[in-house]
Amino acid sequence: MAILINENTRIIVQGFTGKIGTFHAQEMIDYGSNVVGGVTPGKGGQTHLGLPVFNTVKEAVQQAGAEASIVFVPPAFAADSLMEAADAGIKYCVSITDGIPTQDMMTVKNFLRRFPESERMMLTGPNCSGTISPGRSMLGIMPGHIYVRGNVGVVGRSGTLGYEAADQMRTLGIGISTSVGIGGDPIIGSSHRDVLEKLEQDPETKIAVMIGEIGGPMEVEAGRFFKENMSKPLVAYIAGLTAPEGRRMGHAGAIISSAGESAAEKVATLKELGVTICPTPSLMGETVAGVLAKM
Amino acid sequence: MNIHEYQAKEILAGFGVKIAEGGLAYSADEAVQRAREIDGDVWVVKAQIHSGARGKAGGIKLCKTYDEVEVAAEELLGKNLVTHQTGPAGKMCSRLYIEAGTNIAKEMYLSFLIDRGTERVIMIGSAQGGMDIEALAETNPEAIIKIYIEPAVGLQDFQARKMAFALGINTSQLNHAVKTIKGSYRALRDLDANTLEINPLVVTANNEIMALDAKMAFDENALYRRHKISELRDNSQVDSREVAAAEANLSYVGLDGDIGCMINGAGLAMATMDMIKLAGGEPANFLDVGGGASAERTEKAFRLVLADKGIKAMLVNIFAGINRCDWIAEGVVQAVKNIDMNIPLVVRLSGTNVEEGRRIIADSGLPIITADTLADAAEKVVQARNQVVAQEEG
Repeated sequence: MAILINENTRIIVQGFTGKIGTFHAQEMIDYGSNVVGGVTPGKGGQTHLGLPVFNTVKEAVQQAGAEASIVFVPPAFAADSLMEAADAGIKYCVSITDGIPTQDMMTVKNFLRRFPESERMMLTGPNCSGTISPGRSMLGIMPGHIYVRGNVGVVGRSGTLGYEAADQMRTLGIGISTSVGIGGDPIIGSSHRDVLEKLEQDPETKIAVMIGEIGGPMEVEAGRFFKENMSKPLVAYIAGLTAPEGRRMGHAGAIISSAGESAAEKVATLKELGVTICPTPSLMGETVAGVLAKM
Repeated sequence: MNIHEYQAKEILAGFGVKIAEGGLAYSADEAVQRAREIDGDVWVVKAQIHSGARGKAGGIKLCKTYDEVEVAAEELLGKNLVTHQTGPAGKMCSRLYIEAGTNIAKEMYLSFLIDRGTERVIMIGSAQGGMDIEALAETNPEAIIKIYIEPAVGLQDFQARKMAFALGINTSQLNHAVKTIKGSYRALRDLDANTLEINPLVVTANNEIMALDAKMAFDENALYRRHKISELRDNSQVDSREVAAAEANLSYVGLDGDIGCMINGAGLAMATMDMIKLAGGEPANFLDVGGGASAERTEKAFRLVLADKGIKAMLVNIFAGINRCDWIAEGVVQAVKNIDMNIPLVVRLSGTNVEEGRRIIADSGLPIITADTLADAAEKVVQARNQVVAQEEG
């Protein structure tokens, strides 16, 4: 049983009938994900891709037994969709939407904290590529074929850099238990640390890989969690060695705004915490292989 | 998105924060005219550029006569001001803010920003204003007060009072201080700003509380609902390449190296730039072409990268997820044919439809260097760049 999602997880798509939602819903279905329907307010009762469309997430939970959701709703309305999913009792939600205002995400996070921890929806993203448990379920927009099933758990902010890592590992015959994209925005649903906690508990995961970047305190926080709470090895790569201070490198969150946020500073701190550092982005596969060989 | 000091002050004034009397000038004549309109016998001529630390760079001048105002204005207008925040290229000053001189009794520091760790707005203050807050944080961290604001209820009066007392505000000014602090918070919250810094916030000799400088930055993702803020954008303060990129909906950051880059995904783009650096080269830009890159979009991205005349070689690195390698390859071939490209090009394709993509590049007959891996691509482009430089020097 993989963490977060498996072949039985009942998935709905929010923003189901839109162009992007339709395309990726079909890709997920083709991959074998258990998509049970979607939500588009005002289109309830219709059928789309052979699946029911609901007006509200609550109806999708009650009538289709939805447990997980993926959100393709445009940025202006996305925060509302995330809160609707949490309120309806969705357990795990991935927000693909890129461009949600930071203060909206502040509201979403505050809303989520009102639920007792046992009933609180887990959110990853926004502005991420989603989550995949290879061979079982894909709740995301990644190219599923580059992922093979195995024992490496991956958490990363960037989509394409995560593909690069998966591809390097596949070339070396290394598979992945679960790969989670947490997104490139300043305020996101789950941090590296939150996902590492799940990977530590996952019996299928033997080693964790963290793909981070410049900006924010998240990678160092994850490193501290690793030192204090993890029994499994952690390999990390931090992108943005060449990034100048104060400039936003594509991701809204990838900006060096205070001390300790540059790639070099993060690498130095992680090293001190006992994390195995991957020195270059082309050595992600080999670094993992090296650690696996020693186990 | 950054705005100018005078714009930030105008916004703050609308939220009940007191500012000095002032006016905007685009010429020396206008500067003198503004000074004549302002009561008093001391004026401050302030260069409006998107940067802090203007004072040290000579961008702020105290004037005691209209002649001095004119001289200061002539000196500043059209000048490229280099501060430690602008980088060596500096920023062009084409607007001046002429302000009444203020008799300062006490300087303080006040700022609001979104703290990523706690996911809340944090209010930062210090009784020691006017200086670099980063420097103060290092030398005397106890002098900095931080108050976190609960998003659902907002900044409360008791928190504003706590800050006012920490700033060393005189009891007679307490109500005005609370109003100033709460108004500043509302400006940030209501307008989707992610930073608001008032440095210094001052108590004047007349016992008034006033924002003497102001800096605001806004969340680009929220500009769709802040039309009035969007209008404050000043593209003259932004790298012209970045302005062109924004118009083409591409994510671009100009850098100082000479290897042009076109990559999909922000993380992969940063990683590729790192690889170039590790291979001994320097990237000229960050460019994320994004998902769903059509041939047209690819060509636009090429033109943007190549508009930078200092470029000696170019690297395309695509890991196709939503993208397809064959679309990218077609775009690359079309771009190379349409643009008179006279520098070496290295292309690395991976992911969806990679075989088809590689075939298109190979069949094109164009002198494109192909690479299989990230490391291979970085080494080849640095090698190609070095050959170009050697030929130029040779």
